[in-house]
Amino acid sequence: MGFPHPSHPKETVVLSKYFGDAGARTHQGWVERGGYQALKKALGMTPDQIIEEVKASGLRGRGGAGFPTGLKWSFMPKGDGKPHFLVCNADESEPGTFKDREIMRWTPHALIEGCAVGAYAIGAERAYIYIRGEFTEPWAIMEKAVAEAYAAGTLGANAMGSGKRIDVVLHRGAGAYICGEETALMNSIEGKRGNPRIKPPFPAQAGLFALPTTINNVETLAAVPHILNRGAEWYKGLCLSSPKSTGTKLFSVCGHVQRPGNYEITMGTPMMTLIDEMCGGMKPGRTLKAVIPGGSSVPIMNAAEAKECLLDYEGVVAKGSMLGSAGMIVMDDSTDMVRMIMRLAKFYAHESCAQCTQCREGTAWTVKILERILAGEGEAKDLDLLMDLADNMTGKTICVLSDSCAAPVVSGIQKFRGEFEAYLSRRRAPAVA
Amino acid sequence: MSELVNLTIDGTPVSVPKGTMLIEAAKQAGVLVPHYCYHPSLPSPAVCRMCLVDVEKAPKLAPACVTAVAEGQVVHTQSENAKKAREGVLEFLLINHPLDCPICDQAGECELQDYVFQEGRSSTRYEEYAKRYNPVEDFGKDVLYVANRCILCTRCVRFMDDVAEEPVLCVAERGDRAFIGIDPAHKLTHEWSGNVVDLCPVGSLVSKDFLHKARAWDLDKAPSVCTGCSQGCNVTVETRDDAVVRLKPRPNLEVNRHFICDTGRADYRWMNRGDRVEAPLVREGGKLAATDWLKGLDALAGLVKQAAGNVVVLASGKASVESLALVKKLAGGKLFVQAPVSKDAERPLAGVPNLALRQERAPNGTGAEWLGYSKDWNAGLAAAKGAGLALVVGAELSDAEWAGLKGAKAVAVLAAVDAGFDDLAQVVLPVTTVVEELGAYVNRDGRIQRFWPAKAAPGMARPAWWVAGEAASLASGGSAPQTADEAFRVAAALAPQLSAVQYGELGFTGRAAAGAGVA
Repeated sequence: MGFPHPSHPKETVVLSKYFGDAGARTHQGWVERGGYQALKKALGMTPDQIIEEVKASGLRGRGGAGFPTGLKWSFMPKGDGKPHFLVCNADESEPGTFKDREIMRWTPHALIEGCAVGAYAIGAERAYIYIRGEFTEPWAIMEKAVAEAYAAGTLGANAMGSGKRIDVVLHRGAGAYICGEETALMNSIEGKRGNPRIKPPFPAQAGLFALPTTINNVETLAAVPHILNRGAEWYKGLCLSSPKSTGTKLFSVCGHVQRPGNYEITMGTPMMTLIDEMCGGMKPGRTLKAVIPGGSSVPIMNAAEAKECLLDYEGVVAKGSMLGSAGMIVMDDSTDMVRMIMRLAKFYAHESCAQCTQCREGTAWTVKILERILAGEGEAKDLDLLMDLADNMTGKTICVLSDSCAAPVVSGIQKFRGEFEAYLSRRRAPAVA
Repeated sequence: MSELVNLTIDGTPVSVPKGTMLIEAAKQAGVLVPHYCYHPSLPSPAVCRMCLVDVEKAPKLAPACVTAVAEGQVVHTQSENAKKAREGVLEFLLINHPLDCPICDQAGECELQDYVFQEGRSSTRYEEYAKRYNPVEDFGKDVLYVANRCILCTRCVRFMDDVAEEPVLCVAERGDRAFIGIDPAHKLTHEWSGNVVDLCPVGSLVSKDFLHKARAWDLDKAPSVCTGCSQGCNVTVETRDDAVVRLKPRPNLEVNRHFICDTGRADYRWMNRGDRVEAPLVREGGKLAATDWLKGLDALAGLVKQAAGNVVVLASGKASVESLALVKKLAGGKLFVQAPVSKDAERPLAGVPNLALRQERAPNGTGAEWLGYSKDWNAGLAAAKGAGLALVVGAELSDAEWAGLKGAKAVAVLAAVDAGFDDLAQVVLPVTTVVEELGAYVNRDGRIQRFWPAKAAPGMARPAWWVAGEAASLASGGSAPQTADEAFRVAAALAPQLSAVQYGELGFTGRAAAGAGVA
């Protein structure tokens, strides 16, 4: 973790090594800590060599979908004569997730270096970093770092004296959750309303400004320099369970644990090691009730599932959820699941871009039903209705915001039905929504 | 011919060009996939999610409007999955939609009503009290926005963005609070902005002019051609109780796609004028007196014979090719057509090639020219002053212009409305207007397009071609055409451009004449 607490011995500190070390924020400080060596090395390699190295490392997207990064880069057309773009998704708006924020706060040059390597690898001269609007401090730090990198000749028309042009452009969001969706983000950079686009065409064919584009998460790009420095084999070796999940992963843990924060662990670490040992366990006298392992969009796990869960892409799927962005929300037995799910749904209803009918109307309707249940005015048929609405909202829209709203509702009703029924049967006193 | 792709839709095999979207391919299989945001003249955003269909081997339902056909594809529009998805969309659309169909202008021609009736739930599961409420907003010109009925299909936004290219509309707010917003500094002032009312699949964008005038099911409709300019946009004339209450664009991909301009749309009130000439009038004892057709036609034939070739015809630009041809056959002489040229610049619709409100404000100037009529109207007025007979065919003359005709030895008028000829004409014969007769126009690109009667002719009025044909028969023998088809054949004999065309081949959307330069 590094900040505000020192790292736990069971963490594998790679990306978070300099969290809490303000000296790492400056260009000079970053170079002293071994920074920009990977970029130097990369600029001496061919783009294909870099892509092969990243493919061999097994690095997968850290934004949520977990798509193999090297493979994604290899989708970019070669020799098409068009400008290419790299876009870094620093919108980090998934509730419960705050890892990219820390990367930008403490190691801005790690991200710039990763962007520069990525841009070079996909044949782009320009990388856009789209930073969430609410991230005022990371924005200021990133702005300073980019200016320093240009002043030092690390970026620009002759990046690190290689004769190659690499530009990094910062773009600030305006506070919409949906702009973290990759195509909405591109629309937003283009100055349009941040509405997700229909796919196909995929970004590698027609992305930002309708040109071939690769979009990667902050953590993904920040991991790339380490892979180049220490080799794909080293990265691939960071694996405790499924060989398809390699490297380290930053988990943003929040909720009812003793020490919430970011923890960098090797893929495949048991969830309970993270919760009980690194985070210091639950608050005194409380027991674990539920975990949302990957940001609010993924299905909720109950305590039994959490206790057997291994933290990598496959391990979480095996327990009926998804690793997502690794924003872990831990809840103890004091949590009112109905109210929690209502609050999540309300977030999605607020953030729906209003394009697709199911999402625009369905998210808001879901909230109204949940609020009514909480107010003690629910009826037995409401649960079936919620489940059916969730079905109508899943897999039918342009992006997955609608599915994300439905996921916690479905998993919540399946796993904590008793709590809903307590409200429906008036056994539980109405709560103020 | 582009490459064809074979697929099966609801059991019907179809072959369509590569790149066709499923929704269009389905039309060829006789299947209309329900949809809201899709429109053939607009880019597809695939946002309403109503056109979801089941494609075999696809992981999830596909929006038919943006899914291209593929060889061997098997599509089911009526699978349980697809039906449930669409029923779900309809339910979602209805939860915030007011049940004000009884006072909504769109009722009866509402796609939400239609599809809910077709495949929606029989009753709602929405038991929350409040529906979204937003006040009615004036979007400017003829357009009102009733936000509560809006289903956010964004057709209007895309029309203004991508077709009119004057982006003044947008989706404002997010989630279920969303509505269509308008730039307060601009409003809908574009010449073609009225089309958003037609594009709106529900009663959210309504015409102020048509507001509460008629129920859709009380309207009778006839295909016609706009008379506003030389573009020749295809329109539907809609009447209630024999009065025209609105004009709507009629799709013609070659001419106006799905659009008409606001000037053309508003140009219908003259069709309902009450001051019509309803009987043949012949001057007796110094006054025009009503008489029967035989006497009227006799009088006209007599005047033509008397003038012995020294006839000047002043014809309306709204006269059909049939009427212009028979008038030519009757009178010969010098032929002029009234095709006023507006001082206003052309008002193009940016997103559709070769479509504009044209400066020449007559629908049949080209047809008239093919038949030997001159557009030099002032020369016509001057020539009429010394004519043996000035024959006015439907033309609208100012008082001064009528007065100028006093120089002619005789004046005969084929008139729809009572105008300034009372002290002037020897014969006045009642004729029908474009909305009361069959006929054809030729637009500026040489496209011959037919129109059909939308309302009954008043009194004894008959088409001008019938009147002229009968009079010609009386004056110089020969038979007179008894149908518009026969009249068109007279025109075809007089104008080589029309000669290769058969009435029956023109269909509802017309076709370019042989050798006509189509831009």
